[in-house]
Amino acid sequence: MRSFLLAILMMLPLWTLQAQEDLMDLVDKESEEEPHITEQTFKGTRLINGHSIETRKKGVLDVIIGHRFGRLNSGAYELFGLDESNVRLGIDYGITDRFNAGFGRNSFEKTYDGFLKYKILRQEKARVPVSVVAFSSAALKTLKTGDPAGEPDLNSRLTYSYQIIIAKKFTPSFSFQISPTMVHRNAVPEAQDPNDIYALGAGGRIKLTKRLSLNAEYYYQFNRVENSSMQNSVAIGFDIETGGHVFQLHFTNSRAMNEKGFITETTGDFFDADIHFGFNISRTFQLYE
Amino acid sequence: MKALLVGILFFGFLSHAVAQSKYIDRNGKASFFSSAPMEDIEAHNNQAVSILDVKSGEIVASMLMRSFNFRKALMEEHFNENYIESNKYPKSTFKGKVTNVEQFDVTKNGKYSLDVTGEITLHGVTQKINVKADAVVENGTIKAKAVFPLVVQDFKIEVPRLVRNNIAEKMEVTVSFNYQPMKP
Repeated sequence: MRSFLLAILMMLPLWTLQAQEDLMDLVDKESEEEPHITEQTFKGTRLINGHSIETRKKGVLDVIIGHRFGRLNSGAYELFGLDESNVRLGIDYGITDRFNAGFGRNSFEKTYDGFLKYKILRQEKARVPVSVVAFSSAALKTLKTGDPAGEPDLNSRLTYSYQIIIAKKFTPSFSFQISPTMVHRNAVPEAQDPNDIYALGAGGRIKLTKRLSLNAEYYYQFNRVENSSMQNSVAIGFDIETGGHVFQLHFTNSRAMNEKGFITETTGDFFDADIHFGFNISRTFQLYE
Repeated sequence: MKALLVGILFFGFLSHAVAQSKYIDRNGKASFFSSAPMEDIEAHNNQAVSILDVKSGEIVASMLMRSFNFRKALMEEHFNENYIESNKYPKSTFKGKVTNVEQFDVTKNGKYSLDVTGEITLHGVTQKINVKADAVVENGTIKAKAVFPLVVQDFKIEVPRLVRNNIAEKMEVTVSFNYQPMKP
């Protein structure tokens, strides 16, 4: 009996101690569930030439200045391409967290482009394996042909691109995306050229540090005309993030900075050093809170 | 002998009744403020959870890093992705004690000053901290508020040189809880 009493006496302080230890568990039980949505699969809304899965949040204006120099193999006289410049000035705007619209003008072939981008699916921890974006853009070439028979009409200067981007952030430092694409050209340069080009983009990033990542991107065209001078687009580069800016420095065989341009009209051979050095500078402004 | 046993068991229940001295706030507020030459940064979290045991003086709090709201969406992304690494360290916790709890009487309306000492865990790093909190008892509820500085570097949060003019080395943290008696 006595030992039983003793046992009870000894257990009492344990009991109260237990109650105190449990406060943290209690708080955990009362706390909200952790959010699952995966953020920042990529740093910028562009992987390199093409769009990434990222959309800007509601009320955010992203001003993007893209620049591609001339070809590296143009020699010292052209300062390895730096004498030649080709700029795209553009804006992306977050209408909602999932829906973005943008507009830009590329000095290359004096092309205007506009796009709509909608995030259909967001990757969620243990629930949704990938993020999916539906993207479409239109490009209007305004460079004069100088054709004595007259300039082509508006319709034949328009090109449309449709894309589904599927992305997954595998680890905080490794993300990958594929983008099946269809480019529809109202008018084609040669009779044997198809109006619709089907392509598959693939690209990813590896974070080297928290603010620096190595990116690569490739677009493969399925129905490129044989013996055509058009090449598949290859790009490799770095993203550097500093506060409100993302600097993207890259090497690519493409000149144009709109979908129809770099996917279907890349003429440089990357492996023959027809490479353009280039950069994108993205600066975001919160217009609406 | 039997009476003694009953007595002990009775005390046992009393000690169990201590559990009823717990007060909770499920929507506590936490915010931090950084003032740097280039810009001021402010973020608010309205979903901090805290429990205060007015008998033992034990106090704990927990909050999710992803629940901090910033004025700029990109700041919030960078906070989670680059600084606080919220997928690695999803929450911050505090575990401590009100050392002058004997001067605190939850049955008496009035203002109290509480000395709180304990450990704060943030970004996976635990630091000891002493805080003075102001508490107001009003008809059985407790409003408590504390303001204290946290040094970013103490918690192994790296701030690159490039943005040192944008982010202060020291954050001013404000927490305020409105404790209600916790139903058993």
